[in-house]
Amino acid sequence: MRYLPLNAADRRHMLGVIGAASADDLFADVPTPARLSAPVDLPYHAGEIEVERELSALAALNRPAGAGPFFCGAGAYRHQVPATVDHIIQRSEFLTSYTPYQPEIAQGTLQVLFEFQTQVAALLGMEVANASLYDGSTACAEAVMMARRITRRRKAVLSGGLHPHYAAVTATIATAEGMEIARRPAAVDAEADVLAAIDSETACVVVQTPNVFGTVTDVTAIAEAAHAAGALLVVVTTEVVALGLLKTPGEMGADIAVAEGQSLGVGLNFGGPYVGLFACREKFVRQMPGRLCGETVDAEGRRGFVLTLSTREQHIRREKATSNICTNSGLCALAFSIHMTLLGGTGLRRLAEVNHGRARTLAQALGAVPGVEVLTPRFFNEVAIRVPGPAAALVEALAGEGILAGVPVSRLDPPAGLDDVLLLAATETTTAADIDSLVAALSRRTRG
Amino acid sequence: MSLNSVGRPTRPVSDTPGAGFASLSGGRGLLQDEALIFERSSWTGTGVDLPEPEAGSEDLGGLVRAEPLRLPGLSEPETVRHYVRLSQKNHAIDLALYPLGSCTMKHNPRLNEKLARLPGFADLHPLAPVSAVQGALALMDLLAHWLKTLTGMPAVALSPKAGAHGELCGLLAIRAAHAAHGQTRRRLVLTPTSAHGTNPATAAFVGYEVMEIGQTADGRVDLEDLAAKLTDEVAAIMVTNPNTCGLFERDILEISRLTHAAGAYFYCDGANFNAIVGRVRPGDLGVDAMHINLHKTFSTPHGGGGPGSGPVVLSEALAPFAPTPWVVHDGEGFRLVEETEAEASQAFGRMTAFHGQMGMFVRAYAYMLSHGADGLRQAAEDAVLNANYIKARLSGVMSAAFPDGPCMHEALFDDRWLEGTGVTTLDFAKAMIDEGFHPMTMYFPLVVHGAMLIEPTESESLAELDRFCDALLGLAGAALSGDMDRFTSAPHLAPLRRLDETLAARKPRLTWRPAEPGVAPAPLAAE
Repeated sequence: MRYLPLNAADRRHMLGVIGAASADDLFADVPTPARLSAPVDLPYHAGEIEVERELSALAALNRPAGAGPFFCGAGAYRHQVPATVDHIIQRSEFLTSYTPYQPEIAQGTLQVLFEFQTQVAALLGMEVANASLYDGSTACAEAVMMARRITRRRKAVLSGGLHPHYAAVTATIATAEGMEIARRPAAVDAEADVLAAIDSETACVVVQTPNVFGTVTDVTAIAEAAHAAGALLVVVTTEVVALGLLKTPGEMGADIAVAEGQSLGVGLNFGGPYVGLFACREKFVRQMPGRLCGETVDAEGRRGFVLTLSTREQHIRREKATSNICTNSGLCALAFSIHMTLLGGTGLRRLAEVNHGRARTLAQALGAVPGVEVLTPRFFNEVAIRVPGPAAALVEALAGEGILAGVPVSRLDPPAGLDDVLLLAATETTTAADIDSLVAALSRRTRG
Repeated sequence: MSLNSVGRPTRPVSDTPGAGFASLSGGRGLLQDEALIFERSSWTGTGVDLPEPEAGSEDLGGLVRAEPLRLPGLSEPETVRHYVRLSQKNHAIDLALYPLGSCTMKHNPRLNEKLARLPGFADLHPLAPVSAVQGALALMDLLAHWLKTLTGMPAVALSPKAGAHGELCGLLAIRAAHAAHGQTRRRLVLTPTSAHGTNPATAAFVGYEVMEIGQTADGRVDLEDLAAKLTDEVAAIMVTNPNTCGLFERDILEISRLTHAAGAYFYCDGANFNAIVGRVRPGDLGVDAMHINLHKTFSTPHGGGGPGSGPVVLSEALAPFAPTPWVVHDGEGFRLVEETEAEASQAFGRMTAFHGQMGMFVRAYAYMLSHGADGLRQAAEDAVLNANYIKARLSGVMSAAFPDGPCMHEALFDDRWLEGTGVTTLDFAKAMIDEGFHPMTMYFPLVVHGAMLIEPTESESLAELDRFCDALLGLAGAALSGDMDRFTSAPHLAPLRRLDETLAARKPRLTWRPAEPGVAPAPLAAE
């Protein structure tokens, strides 16, 4: 077995030092009826050739995004990740290290986290950011729980533009803890609909921009209304590339800003691992969930970094912790940070402009297809369209032609009754030929 | 000045001896000093070449940001150098033994990295039509089959993103099951004092009150105390097995019998499943729910603190309440059950936006195939053998917390043997850094004073174990003979000396901010 260094002679020698007759003796505390006398009913070990063959065969049954025209978004976006990113994150010192609990021999990871926190805070226009959460959806749930701790109120108002899976994750966790979730009806362009639901019991209002239908909205007025009622504003972003071009959550009055960071550095990965970005105003820092990296000095007065404010965390505070999170998304945070370092503010702006340009081309082309109506009034790189008939059937039919035409709303949110609505995203990886193929195929279907 | 109840110091001592020889530039041979990316004179560069944006106006409704985003951009060579220089300041399992108890720092096979990067897995959209992702769903189904077979449990929820997220999933399933049976009075979760901090934190996070269970002198759950506390208000017990003292709970069958007799569920923290995989099935122990850290038992890389993956196996009683989504196979092929209606009407909800940590699923499945049923069993045996070998070699000098009987995959020592030396557990651990090893887990579990929890894993050769033991015995001799400086001012040879955690917490500086635009802020100064 290639991963096990001990040989039979080693094992005999070690048992002798221990004073045990056999390895079975070391499992003497296991109650007899629970001991397995032989391996379970699964295949025995295999070499690299066999393992690679089996996994490659499974991979070949899938249709990767890069294999042809591709327009899926809805919370996960295909972007070009520079080769440098994957090269660096595979370095042993990053890939095979643990949480930096011993700062003297983890300054690499810690400095990366400090830079990551600074990049995230700047990107979201907030004062402080943590060292990452699992993904955008769990970050959204954590933001709502944090708002409850700060305001000591029990109600959260979720906009109808919030990604339905984010709403579901938030409702699952927050209702278990006794919160009331008021989710507004799904609508392409109705973030302001949350205003009517804000009352004196409201802990927070959660809005998303660009929202799940692609609509970008200035939420400043919502922030003002929330604050007037003593509630916090949580702003969610599932496509961080948009922030190269758009007003930041902080600029619009967000108290907590969360985002899915997958677009930078991470890749699609069939939904995970991703990286949750979490930022807030400085005065709330002691209510934040997750790890924080901070600056300090060593015994010789040199600058260094450590994990800090850990009295918020489960390993110190146990049942009084701000969250139960332990493992976060460190390596994806590194990937995000490397990609952001390569882009810089200048590059992210350009990337955002290219994305928006492609999406404008896509929207114009779709708008010209008979029977198709573009629903999203203001967008970054994603639009919702109405098609004649069920969007899910259309997507399956186009997949048969090698075109992944987007995400039907019926898959994300069946009760919304938007079965004829389809979400399509364009990024820098989308070509004019991709759009031509989509439009041609779509025209054939909608005409028929 | 302390962070926890067992007196872990958080400040370096003031009279630190000098560092000795200094270079003129501040460089240290191969170890390069590296400034923050924000401390460069020009911020406007970029290391990515992109096409010209299409001409024309925008459809952003006037929401274009007024101020450009201010973040530095580095060319590719500068970027590579920045991160390579930083990487050289990290310890890693690829460099040397990394004996963090409870964390399971084992070798990460590179084949698994290669396979996770196949475009058929890595470049796959989570919401692509199911006809386009049949191989991914098949892999999830195969992984589920292996996890169910290895644990002897009938169901598994794959979506939780890490161990603590799995605990949350398990407790939400338990809560839903009690609600379905009208058991709404059950407000308590019992957990031993030795539990991982995530157990009480998770219970509280979903609104349960936490009550602690006592421990016997031999480091196991106190059955009498458990029986007395198992009232009809208890929703669940959360017990780690093997426990955080590195011991198998001998009375595990009685623990589960008592728990079920009281109408409660048995949540097992599976962080230490690597010690028993292939030898013991939690399903045979009466467990109702258990998370499996794929990043521990099945060796997906820890990556400096994540990502992890925490699938939860469930008993028949809890299976109907599993969260969406899950994979089913009908005549035509695989599909996903994604909504809490019809066939998922009892599902308690959703843990995450998509289907879980697919990248980790691929790696863990490759690890399982490589090891096979025989290799996984051997890996558990070797992990336990290695820990007992360390325990045997060190016990003559260091005090084992529970000297009688074998340990499982980790050996626990306390600080009784350091009494009177003036050396603390923290000092001893920091001195290990100078010897080239990562310290063991310190001051955990909380039930042992000055705890030192050593988990070598099955990845270590006999020679490496001996090198480690020799180094620790050498240090122990130095501590007992009064060589204080070696410890109280350690580490001496790391990239940095001991760091001031108190200062970091008192004056939190969590992001880089210029004192004025373009000017670096003054460094923090110790008082």
